[in-house]
Amino acid sequence: MEFIVNIVSLGIPFSVALLIASLGEMFNQRAGVFNLGCEGLMAVGAFLGLLIPYLVGGGAEVPGIYNYIGIAVAMAGGALLGLLFGLVVVSFRAPQGIAGIGMQMFGVGVAGTLFRHFVGGTQSVIGIPKTPIPLLADIPILGELLFQHNPLVYVAFILVPVAWYVLFKTPWGLRVRAVGTNPRAADSIGIQVNRVRFQALMVGGAMAALAGAYLSLCQVKMFSDDIIAGRGFIAVALVYFGHWHPVKIMGGALLFTLAQSLQLAIQGLGIDFPYEFLVMLPYVLVIIVLSVSRNSQKMGPTALGKPFNREMRT
Amino acid sequence: MEPNMKDIHSLRIENITKRFPGVLACDAISLEVKKGEIVALVGENGAGKTTLMNILMGLYHPDEGSIFINDERVHFRNPNDAFACGIGMVHQQYMLVPNMTVIENIALGYKQAWNPLKLNLAMVRERIEEVSKHYNLQVDPDAYIWQLSVGEQQRVELVKTLCLGARFLILDEPTSALTPQETDELILLLRRMSSELSIIFISHKLQEVKDLSSKVAILRHGRIVFQGNTIDHSSHDIAALMTGHEVRLPQNDAPACTMGPMLQLKNLRVKSDRGFLALDDLSLYVCKGEIVGLAGVSGNGQKELAEAINGLRKVESGQIIFDDIDIANFSPRQVIDAGMGYVPEERNVEGIVPSFSIKENLILKDVEEEQFSNRSFMKKRVIENNGEQLRKQFDIRSPNIDVAAGSLSGGNIQKVILAREIARNPKFLVAVYPTRGLDMGAAEFIHKQLLQKRNEGVGILLISEELEEITNLSDQVAVIFKGKIQKVIPASEASRRRLGILMAGVKDDEEI
Amino acid sequence: MTKRFRTGYKIGVIILAIITAMTFGALILIAIGADVFKTYIVILTEPLKNKIGVTEVLLRLVPLSIVALGITVAYRSGIINIGAEGQMAIGILTTTALALAFPALPSYILIPAALLAGALGGAVWGFVPGFLKAKLQVSELLSTVMLNYIAAQLYTFFLRGPMLDPAEITMGSGTPQSMRLSRNLDLTRFIKGTRIHTGLFIALALALFIYILLWKTSFGYKMRAAGASARAARYGGINVPKYLIISMVISGAFAGIAGGIEIAGVHRRAIEGVTSGYGFSGIVVALFGGLHPAGIVPAAFFFGLLIYGADMTQRLVGVPANMIQVLQGIIILTIVATKMVLANPYLMQRVEEKLFSASRRGKTEEVA
Repeated sequence: MEFIVNIVSLGIPFSVALLIASLGEMFNQRAGVFNLGCEGLMAVGAFLGLLIPYLVGGGAEVPGIYNYIGIAVAMAGGALLGLLFGLVVVSFRAPQGIAGIGMQMFGVGVAGTLFRHFVGGTQSVIGIPKTPIPLLADIPILGELLFQHNPLVYVAFILVPVAWYVLFKTPWGLRVRAVGTNPRAADSIGIQVNRVRFQALMVGGAMAALAGAYLSLCQVKMFSDDIIAGRGFIAVALVYFGHWHPVKIMGGALLFTLAQSLQLAIQGLGIDFPYEFLVMLPYVLVIIVLSVSRNSQKMGPTALGKPFNREMRT
Repeated sequence: MEPNMKDIHSLRIENITKRFPGVLACDAISLEVKKGEIVALVGENGAGKTTLMNILMGLYHPDEGSIFINDERVHFRNPNDAFACGIGMVHQQYMLVPNMTVIENIALGYKQAWNPLKLNLAMVRERIEEVSKHYNLQVDPDAYIWQLSVGEQQRVELVKTLCLGARFLILDEPTSALTPQETDELILLLRRMSSELSIIFISHKLQEVKDLSSKVAILRHGRIVFQGNTIDHSSHDIAALMTGHEVRLPQNDAPACTMGPMLQLKNLRVKSDRGFLALDDLSLYVCKGEIVGLAGVSGNGQKELAEAINGLRKVESGQIIFDDIDIANFSPRQVIDAGMGYVPEERNVEGIVPSFSIKENLILKDVEEEQFSNRSFMKKRVIENNGEQLRKQFDIRSPNIDVAAGSLSGGNIQKVILAREIARNPKFLVAVYPTRGLDMGAAEFIHKQLLQKRNEGVGILLISEELEEITNLSDQVAVIFKGKIQKVIPASEASRRRLGILMAGVKDDEEI
Repeated sequence: MTKRFRTGYKIGVIILAIITAMTFGALILIAIGADVFKTYIVILTEPLKNKIGVTEVLLRLVPLSIVALGITVAYRSGIINIGAEGQMAIGILTTTALALAFPALPSYILIPAALLAGALGGAVWGFVPGFLKAKLQVSELLSTVMLNYIAAQLYTFFLRGPMLDPAEITMGSGTPQSMRLSRNLDLTRFIKGTRIHTGLFIALALALFIYILLWKTSFGYKMRAAGASARAARYGGINVPKYLIISMVISGAFAGIAGGIEIAGVHRRAIEGVTSGYGFSGIVVALFGGLHPAGIVPAAFFFGLLIYGADMTQRLVGVPANMIQVLQGIIILTIVATKMVLANPYLMQRVEEKLFSASRRGKTEEVA
């Protein structure tokens, strides 16, 4: 029992990066754009998040505020890259798949280059510590499972209802959904389709960067070339799998992290199973899920992937 | 721009000109509409009607000319400006988001309900009720658009424009997807509304123009060639002015079905994309050397029928007997090899590979054949000659046969498709909306080709929305409604009224 | 609009694109305090200064061009293959497996057999996403990326386990690599003192092969039609799913061959980091080369130059080798954006009007 509690309470933080990145990508896709460069944006966020505390304290403990400044800088960087991506796929109307790969290479490259120059090596930081919530943390079992995590974990899970509200209950969310489903209709009623898409990309970019910053500041507490390990791509797949709905996406994120936790569990139990096959598990799971998930696009953004051009006949 | 709640006494456009690359869409157009008038804007496809209306709606900017509302010059930077002045448009393809509700769709334009933190749907709901009651237009605010019928969706569009404050309505081909009965209802509604609003509607259906409008303006090649009061002119006059010459489409005068059936459809059940039955126990037959015209409002199974015959859609049950072989659920390749020709509805994306050259497109179905390939290596010279020959024979207008087929005009693309299909010497042709959007000259050419093939013994299934095209060319006319054949009647007995009743689903069609 | 204007416009746009790309790269370089000018010079010219440098560039041209050719086949058939990394890795595994199993076979049998094994391995790894897309509509963008990660794990597993060099075990150093493979597998290094091997000729032959396949055969016609317009192809009786799968199989096979050649020609054993980004670089090369063999070979040379040059910048200018990824990303973004600009006739017309209306007005005033 103790063992299971351990695994789950370890597993929940593992899902944070994936969850935040997916929610951001959800806004992108709801507006009709998919950003395969998510991975690159996360890498940049990971670097920027870590940069500020490192510059201030050089790896030692720093006043908490600097961690949060790091996060803010990371999110700004992500929004900027989202903007750049928007320039290519919205303004220039380039194909989103390949442009996304270009964005990914760019982001990962920039993060790696800047890291080597400004920080270098296997430098680690103290990062953001766990913050137990006062009363709730003392509840037996549940307390350990849910309320003894670092603040970003709480933020991530609060983001789920927030994202739901923004998407379905605010005018901006309405515009985003319209623009991603029938941009012609939105255009004819006076909504600036491209502007809304840019906004969504910036939100998505900021959230991807936030997810990356979480990884470097809270989870592994350092930066390396493969810190993101495909999570950006999994996030894009997750949005699809979660039918562009925040709650289903959260379910998907937890499911995938379960696969990772399983890896720890099996190793912890001392079962002799090749390490590499366990690491493979989440990726295999994505493929399986993509294969069996029925295309229920009816409630989703049907204009996904198609650039908007008022002058076009279709 | 601040919303302007004043009445629109007069809307005047002067010398509006709009150019697109290679095309002069609007050429110094001037027009005036006074309050309470219903103006019909008439013209062939490509005459410039939709472009002009899009300019009025603020979607396009005119290169020259100006718009005056109540004698004040106005300038629309985008649709919002047009709305603010009280102009509203119902497009031919409805501008609705299918997976949102009616109330959400209207809220999309109802900026007063936009509170940054919360969407004030209650306010929108009130407004909808207000408008619905005033004009007697009922809609269900909580229905999802995809649940509504075409006629209901159009009502939503009307309510939407009225909620957004339209005092001047533009309607683009408002009856193109309606049955004749729904059309009559709409005409009554618009007549009622004209007491408060001015209306411009675009149409190429001359009967409607006569029934509804008070004034008519005729557009040809981007210029207004005529304006006047509707009652002073007959449909024939208007048609002649539209096309610029006396219209006489080729007629089918020869006797039919003496050689036995070529294509027999028996009890076909075919599903639509959405999952329900598009063809519901459909039976029909076409003889050798016969043209059967299939009339019906778009959306009653025509698309699914054409696709099922050609192996592009699964047949759930039933038979398609082609020259004594059941080809139901054959692959497209097998159907093609059996001798079937197909001129598809969407010529640009289905009938040709747009980025391939004309000569490459002409061999699309036969590239593997011995005449064009020697053990998989393509015979360059043969393909070249084939292209040149067909170009001459079918009068395909282009600089050469190496240009991308997608860059051709609609009429020429259709000629490429027809050339390819006919050159293959098919036993049967399925032609779906073959002259849609084409000018008279191209349409005439295609009709001649079809009649010639018929006289050579080829069976043809002609699916079309143009009742005149059907009655002119067909030996028999079949009416399709909700996936079944309502009735098959000889062309000589197919009057517009009779077809209209059948198309609306009424079985008992004896003349009263 | 004259033909001269059209050509001039296109060249102008391309030059603008190159300047934009270099500027973005420069921004990053400035951020790390590097000498922009010197960095670009080093990357573009340093490798070409001597015989070894040029052959090293050619060395990289080989896998780059082969991977890019495979990606082109897929792309032109309508499917984007991001999985070349993984396909290459699997190809290396199968090549190595065969070489380890039959080391005594004579060269003229072992080399083709091993390369074929590599092709087969890559083909299988390409078949999976192809099949998933054709039959289950799974986006290849995601499935190929996942397969890359899976292949990487498989690769490590085999290199640490079944294929581990026995010498490593006895010495206890545990570097994940296979033993030195049979000498019969070696592709001849034909220029003394350099590493360039006969795989170069295989690459060139494959380029010719792809050209003939795609543009001269009816088979290639069908693949291109399926890629250009799946709907029209289906209407035309072409079995689109079949060609999707075939194109992915070919694409994977090519990546697999590239992997095999790297082993047979360069490393002579399976080690970590062989694929080293060739899978992704191959995409850039394919795009840059206009998805045509005639463009891919020079593009592969150019990128071989960039990659080798970037290795040198670490030493000479203090710029991390990651910079190459930055440049590749920028190049992809610039290429796709530029393609859209070039394909926009409205824009060309507006530019012409802006540029020439002034002079036209001038002329009419003269006349009047």
